Amino acid sequence: MTELHKLSIKEKLKGLKDSTFSSKELTESYLKRIKKLDSKINSFITVLEERAVKSAKEADQRYASGSALPLDGIPIAHKDIFCTEGVLTSCGSRMLSNFISPYSSTVVKNFEGSGSVVLGKTNMDEFAMGSSNETSYFGEVKNPWKKDYVPGGSSGGSAACVSAGLASGATGTDTGGSIRQPAALCGLTGIKPTYGRVSRYGMIAFASSLDQGGVLTKTAEDAAYMLKTMSGHDPKDSTSLNVEVPDFVKEINKEIKGLRVGLPKQFFSMNLPEYVERSINESLKVFEKLGVKIIDVDLPHIDLSLPIYYVIAPAECSANLSRYDGVKFGYRCEDPKNLEDLYMRTREEGFGTEVKRRILIGTYALSAGYYDAYYLKAQKCRRLVANDFKETFKSVDLILSPTAPDTSFALGAKTSDPVEMYKQDIFTIPANLAGLPGISVPCGQHQGLPLGLQLVSDNLEESKILRMAHHFQLNTDWHKSWPELD
Amino acid sequence: MSEWETVIGLEVHVQLATKSKIFSGASTLFGSSPNTQACNIDLGMPGVLPVLNEKVLKMAIKFGLSINANINSPTQFARKNYFYPDLPKGYQISQLDNPIVEGGVLEITLKDGSKKKIRITRAHLEEDAGKSLHDDFEGLSGIDLNRAGTPLLEIVSEPDLSTPEEAVAYLKKIHSIIRYLEISDGNMAEGSMRCDANVSLRKRGSKELGTRTETKNVNSFKFVEKAIQHEIRRQIKILESGERVTQETRLYDSQLDETRPMRSKEYANDYRYFPEPDLLPVVLSEDFIKSVKDLMPELSEEKEKRFVKEYKLSDYDANVLSVDPNLSNFFEEVVVRSRNPKLAANWIMGELSAFLNKENLSILETKVDSINLGNLLSRIEDSTISGKIAKEIFEEMWNSKKSPDEIIEEKGLKQVTDSSEIEKVINQVLEQNQSQLEQYKSGKVKLFGFFVGQVMKASKGKANPEQVNKLLEERLKE
Repeated sequence: MTELHKLSIKEKLKGLKDSTFSSKELTESYLKRIKKLDSKINSFITVLEERAVKSAKEADQRYASGSALPLDGIPIAHKDIFCTEGVLTSCGSRMLSNFISPYSSTVVKNFEGSGSVVLGKTNMDEFAMGSSNETSYFGEVKNPWKKDYVPGGSSGGSAACVSAGLASGATGTDTGGSIRQPAALCGLTGIKPTYGRVSRYGMIAFASSLDQGGVLTKTAEDAAYMLKTMSGHDPKDSTSLNVEVPDFVKEINKEIKGLRVGLPKQFFSMNLPEYVERSINESLKVFEKLGVKIIDVDLPHIDLSLPIYYVIAPAECSANLSRYDGVKFGYRCEDPKNLEDLYMRTREEGFGTEVKRRILIGTYALSAGYYDAYYLKAQKCRRLVANDFKETFKSVDLILSPTAPDTSFALGAKTSDPVEMYKQDIFTIPANLAGLPGISVPCGQHQGLPLGLQLVSDNLEESKILRMAHHFQLNTDWHKSWPELD
Repeated sequence: MSEWETVIGLEVHVQLATKSKIFSGASTLFGSSPNTQACNIDLGMPGVLPVLNEKVLKMAIKFGLSINANINSPTQFARKNYFYPDLPKGYQISQLDNPIVEGGVLEITLKDGSKKKIRITRAHLEEDAGKSLHDDFEGLSGIDLNRAGTPLLEIVSEPDLSTPEEAVAYLKKIHSIIRYLEISDGNMAEGSMRCDANVSLRKRGSKELGTRTETKNVNSFKFVEKAIQHEIRRQIKILESGERVTQETRLYDSQLDETRPMRSKEYANDYRYFPEPDLLPVVLSEDFIKSVKDLMPELSEEKEKRFVKEYKLSDYDANVLSVDPNLSNFFEEVVVRSRNPKLAANWIMGELSAFLNKENLSILETKVDSINLGNLLSRIEDSTISGKIAKEIFEEMWNSKKSPDEIIEEKGLKQVTDSSEIEKVINQVLEQNQSQLEQYKSGKVKLFGFFVGQVMKASKGKANPEQVNKLLEERLKE
């Protein structure tokens, strides 16, 4: 029974259905692991012990009465960016360190509707701004593979907890790589679906036109189960897509023979570490064996992605974070002298350095006299990047690259150099700019730290990237290894 | 004539009469206790998103069509960023580029009956802010977010207005249109229509515009007129002393009848507009616009023309009766019964208006409804009563809410049309006034009017005046 956490979601569902174990046992085994191990990695902000046991018991009753739901009794965790009614929803910030949400996000409700058990809320970079989970007000998260290394970010708590076997899977959000990069750095599968596939209602906004919810799991098959549950049209989100959600779990078994994979030459002329290139080349051999065709492709404007992103995302965030003013909810400074003092000190004290840096950049980029040169120009270039993808998908089915430029790095190594930190997302940002689905899959290790490869497909083709990832995992073992934490 | 020429442009905020807010399902009802009509979306809670209330699109399109403007498709929302406690998100969702309505014209009628065309630059949709309450808590300000998210249509004119009177005529025209279209209740006291006035002066004949000031949030026709008048006087004083007008936002204080600058620090804003990423551009198909067009009611200008043509009213009467849709409906309801449009117009603009004004009532609050007034007028038409008696009856109707026939019956006010009855009264009058009769017979024919008056008086006004004339004439010829 000690190894329950190592079962896949499919195996857990079977075990629950066959009464091999109960959801209560499964949930309690996770809670026990959290209690024992999370102090080593700090992946949770809130653990919902009582609530989880109660949901687990309800799930067990449904199994007993033959009315089980699709993910009934499966213990998961939510990134602390998803509003959860009656529960602290902090977004990793001092600003919301006292915010008990009065409502639940659509994602949280979707999982509730599927019967899953919520173990807690996971740590994250403050307001999802960061690539190392070092900007959280609730302390840095540690990489379970090497505890003085970062787990990546911003969904670092979700990545670390799934990687350490403290949840079957966890939700995350991805604005520039915040699911895929920590998945790569923690040896997980992480998928960011098409923009609009998952409702943003109740998902605290960082950059509205880029933010998208997704999942971090051990395997592509687990991801298929969870993504199916969280996706779907939501009338409360005007940018949510009103399209049918495929049965990803069934879709992943279709064969991949004949699919064409493009390698953007721009991505492979960047002086990547030898072990990164090697892991990609070995992965390509696996795909080729499975009948996949590898083709070189050109994405001429891809180099612009990072600068475009660092205009648009801060611009949107500067407006999205204006509501944190100490007036209605969240942190408020002590004894404000007047309105201006209330605003200034609340925001000075409530936000961390990286958040303030981005608010300032964004405010500048939108200011009179600079708007055309920065924001408008960035929007135009964003269309160029999207068009590059559109063109390329006429000749290939998928685009493959490393997920991150390297393995995880030591805690504190990049905190003093924001631009070095921003480069973590150089391969992941383009998919956000174009709204495309992307997945990261474990594809190697170097000095005990995982490496990930990224697959990006055209809009709404999550099935295709999940299918590729699943077949890759049927033929490799990288996703099967666990960090030694116990 | 003053050497200064006034240039006025108005920004009018019209609250659209939707049941729920522009981006949430919360009610827009006026006057509820503070913060009871603000949902998570109106409060700007973390994670909430706006969803556009489709009804506002139709309302804005109606307005656009009524002023022959372009309807932009796609139309785009934008964020207008500024910090204020009654603005929950720290930005207002508004429109900048591609506003839903662009480039229209509306015609105003001035007091001398002349008409002037005023160009409308644009009309865009946006959400209202909440209210800051500065007087309710000692040393603190309260925030009421009930109004936050109420839909507004902001109508921006070109600087085509030249006098405070024109500005008021323009506002009244907008007021008439929005009520005809039933897109707003136009209740200015409750803030359903508010106005910002941009005023500048220039030397007569000059082509360049002077420095303008913007006077914010004036909420009655009278105050708009006074605020602009004050602003003109103030600016003339500045300019004639050789100084310059400062471009600034001002506030009109109706108690002191003056405008004064608002604290400029709070309002010296760079609004950092950018397209609202939470709302996709809205495509308005030709079919959709046509479906709105098909539902457009007859507007005041068409109605005015029809009143002249169909009812043979004077231009003046037709104009007065067509401005307010409730008044024109009332008029047409009266005409259905009395069938004499000129008489109905005179009574509505005369007697009825006087009674309404005396008690400060709107036409919807009238104590004599259109059915009773129509019936009263038809009693004049069919000679049951005289016009003079009708006025007495009207007053009684106003006070007692009885029908005209009830009052005529009760008080025996029915006109006497029986010739023998009238002849009896004539004989009686002539007998009692022998000396006047002799004077008349000796050639003082002016006295005819005196005899008519005496007969009417003796009959307590009930004798049919035409018959009195006819019978008296015959009698005096003898």
